[in-house]
Amino acid sequence: MTIFDLDFMRYALVAAVMVGLTAPAVGTFIVQRRLALLGDGIGHVALTGVALGFLTGTAPVATAVVVAALGAVAIEMVRARGKTSGDVALALLFYGGLAGGVMIIYLTPGESTASLNSYLFGAITSVDATDLWVIAGLAVAVLALLAVFGRELFVLCQDEEVARASGLPVRFLGLLIAVIASVTVVVAMRAVGLLLVSALMVVPVATSQQLTRSFRTTMALSMVFGVLATVGGLTSSFYLDVPSGATIVLLALAGFAVALGIGRFVRRSRTGESTA
Amino acid sequence: MSTAFDMTAGQVTIDGRKILRGIDLTVDDGEVVAVLGANGSGKSTLVRSLLGVQPLSGGSTLLYGRPPARFREWWRIGYVPQRLSVGGGVPATVREVVASGRIARQRRGRFTSSADRQAVVAALNEVGLSDRAGDPVSSLSGGQQQRVLIARALAGEPDAFVLDEPTAGVDAGSQKMLAETLSGLVGRGKTVVLVAHELGPLEPLISRAVVLNQGCKVHDGAPPTAVGAHALPGHDHVHPHEPEPAESGLPSWVLAQEKA
Ligand SMILES: Nc1ncnc2c1ncn2[C@@H]1O[C@H](COP(=O)(O)OP(=O)(O)OP(=O)(O)O)[C@@H](O)[C@H]1O
Ligand SMILES: [Mg+2]
Repeated sequence: MTIFDLDFMRYALVAAVMVGLTAPAVGTFIVQRRLALLGDGIGHVALTGVALGFLTGTAPVATAVVVAALGAVAIEMVRARGKTSGDVALALLFYGGLAGGVMIIYLTPGESTASLNSYLFGAITSVDATDLWVIAGLAVAVLALLAVFGRELFVLCQDEEVARASGLPVRFLGLLIAVIASVTVVVAMRAVGLLLVSALMVVPVATSQQLTRSFRTTMALSMVFGVLATVGGLTSSFYLDVPSGATIVLLALAGFAVALGIGRFVRRSRTGESTA
Repeated sequence: MSTAFDMTAGQVTIDGRKILRGIDLTVDDGEVVAVLGANGSGKSTLVRSLLGVQPLSGGSTLLYGRPPARFREWWRIGYVPQRLSVGGGVPATVREVVASGRIARQRRGRFTSSADRQAVVAALNEVGLSDRAGDPVSSLSGGQQQRVLIARALAGEPDAFVLDEPTAGVDAGSQKMLAETLSGLVGRGKTVVLVAHELGPLEPLISRAVVLNQGCKVHDGAPPTAVGAHALPGHDHVHPHEPEPAESGLPSWVLAQEKA
C-alpha cells in the first residue's frame, strides 16, 4: 500500500505542497525585514484565536485567522510608532497570546489544554476536502498578493525610509505583509502546528541563503526547499509512524545543515579561484 | 523657474527634544546646495524632513509646491540615505538594489521595461560597479555599498537628488568619480541637496551652503571659501578675539560655532 491509496494522505500531500510554497515565500520578505520571529509571534496569538473558537463554538481556523491578523496589525503598529523595537513588540505578543489561549481554553466547558494539542503541534492528516479548498484558496491569494506587490514589498523590507521617499504607501504595505503573514501562519498551522509554524517561514529561507546571491533566487529556492521539507516530512512520518509536524521541521533543519556545508565549500572554492 | 524644496519655519521635535528649530529653506531648480554642520547638528533630520520622511512638529514644507502627503510625482526625487551598509536580512544583488530605484516610475503589476533595464545599466556604469552587478551587496566594501546607494538614486532618473553624506567612506578616486557624475547632472539642470563633512572634489560644484548648528540655520549663502578641515564646523579652531562676523570676513557660522 502506498500513501496515495489513502484519501486523507492525498489531501495531506496537497496541503503540504501549498504550505511548503507559501510559508517560505512570505518568510523571505519577513527575514528581509529582519522580523524573522514575526511568525512565532503571530503563531502564539493565533492560539488565543483557536481557544476563542472553542469557547464560542465557531471554527477555530476562522477565529485564528481573525485574531492572528489583529495581532499582526498590532505588532506592525507598535513597531511603526518606533518607541518599541520590533522584537520587543513581538515578545509582548508571544506571552499575551499563549497565556490568553491557555486561560480561554480553561474557561471553556468540556475542553482542556489537550484540545489545543493538534493546533500546537499540527495534524495535517486531519485535513478534509473542505479544509483543502480553504487552504488552497488562501495559499493562492497569498502568492498572488506577493506577485502583485512584490517589487514594492522588496523596497519596503530593504529600507523603509527609501520606500517612503519613493512615495510608496508604506503604512499600507506594512499592514499588508503583516496580514499576509498571519494568513500564512494559520494555513501552515494545520501542517506543523503553531509552535513550529515559523520554522517553515524561516528555515527554508536561511537554507537557500547559503547558496544564493540574489533576492529572487533566494525566494524561489526557499520555496523548493519548503516543498521538499513538507512533502518529504509528511511522507517519511507516515512510513516511520512519527509525528508529521516535527518530522517536517527536523527535515528542514537537516537541509539547512547540509546547505551550510555546501555553501561554505562553494564559497571557499570560489575565493580560492579568484586569489589563485 | 520652479522651486524644488520649500521649508518654512520647519521644526522637528523627537521625544520632547527640539532637533530642528524654525528652519526656512528654499531650494530652486538647478541649485546645488551643501548642508554642513557638526555631528548631531540636525543635517540628516533636515533633509529627511524636506522629503517628508521625518514629519515636522511645526512649520511646513513643500516638494515642488505640494506638501509631502499630497505629493504624487515621487519619481522626481532621488534619495541617498545615510547608511553604514545596505540592509536587509536576505541576500540581494547589486543589480537588484539599484533596480529598486526605479520603483517610483513603475506601475504595480507591470513587468520591468527595457527603459528600466537601460537606466540600471547606465547607473551601474556611472558609479563603476558594472562588474559587480551580480554580486550580493553584502559582499561589497562600505564605500562600494555607498556607491550602490548612489546608483539606486541615479537609476530613478529624478529631477532632484538628496544625498546624505554620499562621500562618507568613499576613497579619493571614487569621490572624483562622484564629482564628475554630479557635475554631469548639474549640467543637465538637476537639483542637488547634499550633506557633507568634507566637500573635497565636490567643492567647485556647490552653488550655496547651508550650515546648521544645534538645529538652527546659522549660515545660508556662498559656500565657505576655505572648505577643508580648517573651516568646517566642529573643527576646534579658536578665534578668541574675532570681531563682528561681517567685518572679519569669516562666515558667521564659524563664530556661532565658537560661541556654542
Ligand atoms: N530617531 C531619533 N530618535 C531620537 N533622537 C534622534 C533621532 N534621530 C535624530 N535624533 C537626534 O537628532 C539630532 C540630530 O541628528 P541628525 O542625524 O540629524 O544629525 P546629523 O547632523 O545628520 O549628524 P551626523 O553628522 O552624525 O550624520 C541628534 O542629536 C540625534 O540624537
Ligand atoms: Mg547625518
